Amino acid sequence: MRAVIAPRRPQRADSDNRNIRLAERVSRIRESGILVVLVVFVAVTTLVKHRFLDASNIQFVLVDTTVFALLALGETMVVISRNVDLSVGSVVGLSAYLSTDLFAQHPGIPIPVVFLAGLGIGLACGIANGIMVAAGRVPSLVVTLATLYIIRGIDILIVGGNEVDASSLPNAFLDIPKDTIGGIPDIAIAVAVVIAIGAYYLRTYRSGRDLYAIGSNPPAARLAGLQVGRRVFTAFAVSGAIAGVAGVLWGAQYGTINSTAGTGYELQVVSAVVVGGVAIFGGSGSVTGAALGALLLSTISSALYVLGISPFWDQAIWGFLLLLAIALDQTITERLTSALRRTRTRHE
Amino acid sequence: MSDPTERIRPALSRRALFRRALSRQALSRQALSRQTLRWESGLAVVVILILVIGSVASPDFLTGNNLFNLGLSNGEIAIMTLPMTLIVISGEIDLSVASILGMASALLGFLWARGWPMPAIFVTIAVVGVVAGAVNGLLVTRLRLPSLAVTIGTLALYRGVATILLGPNTVSNFPTAYTNLGVDAVPFTGNDMTYSTLIFIVLAIIFGVVLHATPFGRSIYAMGASQEAAQFAGIRVKRIKTTLFMVSGFICSLAGVLWTFRLDTAVQNNGLGLELSVVAIVLLAGVSIFGGKGSLIGVVLAVLAFAGIQNALLLTNFNQEATGIVTGALLLASVFVPVVSRSIAGRRLRRLSHT
Amino acid sequence: MDAAGPDPRDQTRPGAPPALELLHAAKSFGAVQALIDGSVTLLGGEVHALLGENGAGKSTLVKILAGVYQPDGGTLNVNGRQVALHGPAAARAAGIAVIYQEPTLFPDLTVAENMFIGRQPLRQGRRIDRRAMQRETAAIFERLGVPLDPARLARGLSIADQQVVEIGKALSLEAKVIVMDEPTAALSAAEVDRLFEVIRTLKAQGAAVLFISHRLEEVFAICQTVTVMRDGKQVLTSDLAGLTAKDLVRAMVGRELAERPPEAAGAAPGEPMLTLERVTREGVFTDISLTVRSGEIVALAGLVGSGRSEVARAVFGIDRYDAGAITVSGRPLKKASPTAAMAAGIGFVPEDRRQQGLVMDMSVQQNVALASLGNLERGGLIRAKAERAMAADWAARLKIKYGRLTDPVDMLSGGNQQKVVLAKWLGRRPNLLIVDEPTRGIDVGTKAEVHHLLTDLARNGVAVLMISSELPEVLGVADRILVMREGRITAEFSHAEATEETIMTAAMGQHEAAR
Repeated sequence: MRAVIAPRRPQRADSDNRNIRLAERVSRIRESGILVVLVVFVAVTTLVKHRFLDASNIQFVLVDTTVFALLALGETMVVISRNVDLSVGSVVGLSAYLSTDLFAQHPGIPIPVVFLAGLGIGLACGIANGIMVAAGRVPSLVVTLATLYIIRGIDILIVGGNEVDASSLPNAFLDIPKDTIGGIPDIAIAVAVVIAIGAYYLRTYRSGRDLYAIGSNPPAARLAGLQVGRRVFTAFAVSGAIAGVAGVLWGAQYGTINSTAGTGYELQVVSAVVVGGVAIFGGSGSVTGAALGALLLSTISSALYVLGISPFWDQAIWGFLLLLAIALDQTITERLTSALRRTRTRHE
Repeated sequence: MSDPTERIRPALSRRALFRRALSRQALSRQALSRQTLRWESGLAVVVILILVIGSVASPDFLTGNNLFNLGLSNGEIAIMTLPMTLIVISGEIDLSVASILGMASALLGFLWARGWPMPAIFVTIAVVGVVAGAVNGLLVTRLRLPSLAVTIGTLALYRGVATILLGPNTVSNFPTAYTNLGVDAVPFTGNDMTYSTLIFIVLAIIFGVVLHATPFGRSIYAMGASQEAAQFAGIRVKRIKTTLFMVSGFICSLAGVLWTFRLDTAVQNNGLGLELSVVAIVLLAGVSIFGGKGSLIGVVLAVLAFAGIQNALLLTNFNQEATGIVTGALLLASVFVPVVSRSIAGRRLRRLSHT
Repeated sequence: MDAAGPDPRDQTRPGAPPALELLHAAKSFGAVQALIDGSVTLLGGEVHALLGENGAGKSTLVKILAGVYQPDGGTLNVNGRQVALHGPAAARAAGIAVIYQEPTLFPDLTVAENMFIGRQPLRQGRRIDRRAMQRETAAIFERLGVPLDPARLARGLSIADQQVVEIGKALSLEAKVIVMDEPTAALSAAEVDRLFEVIRTLKAQGAAVLFISHRLEEVFAICQTVTVMRDGKQVLTSDLAGLTAKDLVRAMVGRELAERPPEAAGAAPGEPMLTLERVTREGVFTDISLTVRSGEIVALAGLVGSGRSEVARAVFGIDRYDAGAITVSGRPLKKASPTAAMAAGIGFVPEDRRQQGLVMDMSVQQNVALASLGNLERGGLIRAKAERAMAADWAARLKIKYGRLTDPVDMLSGGNQQKVVLAKWLGRRPNLLIVDEPTRGIDVGTKAEVHHLLTDLARNGVAVLMISSELPEVLGVADRILVMREGRITAEFSHAEATEETIMTAAMGQHEAAR
């Protein structure tokens, strides 16, 4: 004989409410957390060296961040879907050379066309990645590792020992990173706008939410009838296109482009993304956070330089911070999960 | 009371038949050992092909001298693939291998420039390598962090340590007794075997036996296939994984010493980017990135294939830097060939069910 | 056990076509016919049970309804119209929803998003209307009578709550046919009751429910009609009124099966093998004190979530505990060390066969040997012959049905897989065997075999600690029954004095048990 229990509506304790809302707040906490660290860092450094907050230094940091913030945007979309794009550094390199070389091959070419060319190159690489990962259903780590090699190899074959020199680039192009509005560099504003658009898209459109679902539980996403292949393909295509544009920007910033452009960027971008709160296994995180992560890493580099700490310490500190961010992220997720689990046992 | 299972048995065997035909996954897993053998035979064919093409393209290809050079340029990478194989089969990955190599190299230069005696330096490097691996292992097992993310961090951290140690400087002029280890042939083997090749062969045998014939090795496969089930069977997953990372750290610092002596140069960026080659070789060997599958014979074959390709390209004056294209293409092949063969098998099954 | 409510077929309009009619469906895979003649008729406002042993064709039938498989023959009519389902999307469009035993939600998305993923309500510009999504989700939970917060993340939801979300999803898709595949396997009694309330609500709203379960008492509690399948064919379709459990079992197995598992050994138990003294783990279990003697089977009964598995895992060393002492054969047992537990002679058959009990990718032989690798080695190397002999020996003893010892264990049926897990531990000749839900998801015949095995073990002096949520099993096999509730032991019964009522009362607490 089984006792029947009518479903009771339990009085929800305040702590339960808190725990449930905690879920929403955590994502916001993650982003504000980075912001807080950023602010603290800037404050402390400025106290020691006032010139850290000089207009010129701020501009420098912002410009320095733009390439990475852009790459972080594309990489976030890919990582959210439980994939990774390791080829971005090679794409930046290839795009940087081929697009800036256009100025030498076709003098007088309008700058927007050059940007379009870069976008096209990146898009082609992204499409190749996307087809292989989506249609082939093979791990993206392996595929993009391979394309990292292949694209870099193509770049080396094309570039050889040549390089594009700043002298062959029009001044208007080289000025792009230098132009400012009210003290803030143009491109920083442009990139911020692009990131805002990306964030809005991921939050408000079905295809954006699909990426989260795919990363959160890939088999369930298929069962639910989501177009997994199409979404993943698009994420890689967009990541490639963005990397292509970032390559052109890189060219404008550095002026001298050879076959080593962009080497190693993929790991820095993945670090920025992870520091920014995007889970390495997908399903959660935001492009805003990732962009803040990129900004944080640039700020730290700059702060170390201003504080007179030998630049040789940069990489070690950056690696340490990455480990810290990952460990922190994990602790937060675990606390969150057990908090959420505890709320339901009280209802039985 | 008669045995209730008796009536059921004939029906069950029919059911067992049905289940076998049904599960496509099971089909492919039933062919798993066949598939692994197929992969290795495929690799062996590739190696032979490379040998053939190489010797056709260049008369120098199969000379002892060339084999020696092959050993020189790939020895350290080959050595690093061995612990990486075990780590990947156990379900993790170690991207910090090249940075540990670099850190060991920098430490060697740093201490030598300060007048330390070589034996003391060796011991220090060994300890540092093991500690570096232990850090990886502890972060992965105690803090339960994904090894991909952790080793990206330690990749930067250890390379950073190397940079802190040496800065922009280079240390050279190591005693010839040691640098000869990097460039001489092993005595009594003719003129063809480098020390790094010898070390690779010895280590490959040891790792192979451990992986394929010992309880330790079986445990690695189990935890790669299902970490939870391994834990519930009393396998000390955390301890084994930490050990694997520590072994990797030790081996990579050994590789760093060999590298430094071969080039007679300790500099901060020694081995920069090598981790990708190591991972590429391991994946090429048919080791699954998801863990639980792979063999050491495959790894040896993949090392040969990789080295052979590099060498063939070198001899035909192909732009060395661009050999990455071939590595990348091989890597793609390593993941797409199983997919393609599986879909062919699937199509065959579907055709059967329509009869 | 009485079927709840008035005859629901009074609610359907006379002359209305059945909600779903599957007629003489057949499906083959290669040379094997999984389904020969599958027929089931579902009426709106009725809960219909589907019974049959593993391999009888139930899951093939369900997958045909879900659109995952396309039948080789037969017809499917939904609401009187013939349909051909080319895929899961077509099944959904036809108003068929399938709720599986292990629901798959997206842990990083909110409950509302989980419900509406891929078809979120839109406002202008094709942008997602979050407020509408929240509102509709809340409305559905109102209809079901379950208070879940649409804004919470799906992460951390109990399986019972996840099922409710899946049912809500089915409702939001306006499913008229809801198929539930073993929905109660992982639920506590209280959660089962809540689920039944939800099912009654669905019934009252006119949906047709197909209920698949191995638990006959539940079938009688919630279903009105039943279809029994055997060997790929439908062998019985009838109203449940007037049928007994014996009739159903006979239809499933083709012969009479002993209703109750064999009497407990009853032999005088020996020395205490396992002693727990006030073992506590903050927030999970408190002050657990118990003794298991050699030759005795002690059952740990209680609701899911009462902490039983956690106690067992703490004994075996997989989980930790904060206070108290555990002794085995009089010697203190090292905390949190499965190695120490195994050295002390403890074996542990875990709750989740596929994730914890077996390495699905490995062969039968390798799984049997997995806990005995140390014993099979000599000079550091595993002796292949010894491994093979061990596996073959235990497979014969436990009558495991397999093709080859080297087949992946994934290919065996659930019952045989469980036997492999048992073989793994019995091969170590344990003094104490802990089994967590030993017969969950196993067909009736193998269940009996496992019960025989446990009582045999006890007769040979092994101490057995059994965690089970199946009262007939607990009542039939155990010498002593301890009941846990919310982390504490609340009662102890001997085999003679225990009844389902007394156990349930102790498991749920006096004030909550009605009747």
